Amino acid sequence: MKNVNRLAPTLVMGAATLYFLVPIWWLLVAASKSRGQFTNTAPLWFADFSLVDNLRELFAYRDGVFLRWMLNSVLYTGGAALLGTLLAAMCGYALAKYRFPGREAIFNVVLSGVLVPATALALPLFLIFSQFEATNTFWSVFLPSLVNPFGVYLARIYATASVPDELLEAARLDGSGEIRTFFTISTRLMFPALVTIFLFHFVAVWNNFLLPLIMLGEEKLFPVTLGLYSWNTQVNQIPELRMLVLTGALVSIVPLVIAFLILQRFWRNGLGSGAIK
Amino acid sequence: MKGKWKALTFFILPFVLLFAAFYLAPILYAIKQSLYKVERKGTFGKATEVFGGLDQYQRVFTDGPFWESIGRVLLFGIVQVPVMLGLALIFALLLDSGLVKGRRFFRLAFFVPYAVPGVVAAIMWGFLYSPNLSPFTAVTSAVDLLDADLVLWSMANVVTWVYVGYNMLIIYSSLLAIPQEVYEAAKIDGAGAIRTAWSIKIPLVMPAIVLTTVFSIIGTLQLLAEPAVFRTFSSAVTSTYTPNLTVYSTSSIPNFNLAAAFSVVLALATCVLSFAFLKVTQRGGDK
Repeated sequence: MKNVNRLAPTLVMGAATLYFLVPIWWLLVAASKSRGQFTNTAPLWFADFSLVDNLRELFAYRDGVFLRWMLNSVLYTGGAALLGTLLAAMCGYALAKYRFPGREAIFNVVLSGVLVPATALALPLFLIFSQFEATNTFWSVFLPSLVNPFGVYLARIYATASVPDELLEAARLDGSGEIRTFFTISTRLMFPALVTIFLFHFVAVWNNFLLPLIMLGEEKLFPVTLGLYSWNTQVNQIPELRMLVLTGALVSIVPLVIAFLILQRFWRNGLGSGAIK
Repeated sequence: MKGKWKALTFFILPFVLLFAAFYLAPILYAIKQSLYKVERKGTFGKATEVFGGLDQYQRVFTDGPFWESIGRVLLFGIVQVPVMLGLALIFALLLDSGLVKGRRFFRLAFFVPYAVPGVVAAIMWGFLYSPNLSPFTAVTSAVDLLDADLVLWSMANVVTWVYVGYNMLIIYSSLLAIPQEVYEAAKIDGAGAIRTAWSIKIPLVMPAIVLTTVFSIIGTLQLLAEPAVFRTFSSAVTSTYTPNLTVYSTSSIPNFNLAAAFSVVLALATCVLSFAFLKVTQRGGDK
């Protein structure tokens, strides 16, 4: 009886694992095949291993524009998430730890920003940037990506819970300035929260598709998602792009998978406490 | 005291300025733009922007395809969100029950799809669904997963595939945060795993479920990457298939005033829906 009890759950989890991993396995196998073998060999197993050739072709295509897209993605996403996390942390911390007139008003306005979908902002942002003739630039995607109201919300909750007032008072008596105290003491206490905010922000920017789609016209500025999308729309006219799209898709997920594997310990712990409060 | 104000300015001002410039200003600007319209004197006359009052909104409210697309994403959400969160909850409970070995492995395996950006996931599944490219020809030759009837649910599968693991992780983390003492009484009463899950665990992780539901509602109304990509694979996906595709194609006409009105209506609908959901669940909790 006990064994039966364990068997069913394990079967469920096993079936689910297949569902989640087979598509990625297929992508890996497909990206390792030559164009000729892609359609006429077993789809879920390797034929002649041509992944290296495919990669070479991918990175050489149109003067290596794909590598450029990967770098752009890292800059847009990594840069915006790092800086954005710092800004959100400072703001949330100040809202938690200082009393001043207008505090609740600021917090409520920022909080209602969480419910405004990012995609609703893309078009008006485009119109505003075009007033300054600044569309189709790096900054037109980077600057709007810095703002993360949900990060402020999380930072405030964590700061309230994890940074004791007595500690700040003690730092003040020791003659430490407010800003120095924040960077030397408070950020350390808030560290798990900061990792969570960073990851949330990272994924949000990474997945924001409408903003670069509307804002950017020049291929050189594309993030990798938009680049792959633009190749994929041309597949029907230029069939040789198909293998490049597949190989590119594989390459584009490798960095994020690695980052998740490394950060998953923080990610899991931080998320939990965020969801409970 | 002077130091406090200096520090406050330093902490708050950068975020508040950026928030005002890239969150508040666009909202106000979209509202303003939506109140204008372009007028031409004669067929070839110069185009000028004039105040149009609620003209654009009248067009939005009488725009058949737009409301069809709203209906489509609502239908999508009513089916996909419960399925996705139901699966996430079941997986989280199974992980937490101790009945399954290799927890670490499953947690990671389920979470990997979340690392795949929506566009890339849609491209990948697009290939998997295509009758002549798919590895699952037995399925794709029997049913056309990309035809007008099924393509919406094929997309629902893509979204589910990406987000189940993420939602599972949120729910699982809050299950882990439940102190063990809570289960003691249940054990003494002889409650089984299912009984414990139903009467103790699920009520305690309700806040996490509510949070994931709100995020899912917002995400569903914003559906864009999947339908945009699927236009390459399926002729059934039109340029007005979802509200955000409508915004995009209207702005590339270009008719910015109408596109702005679409954006405003969509943002309002999203806020109202997620706010209403929060209110309803809170009221349920009070009883």
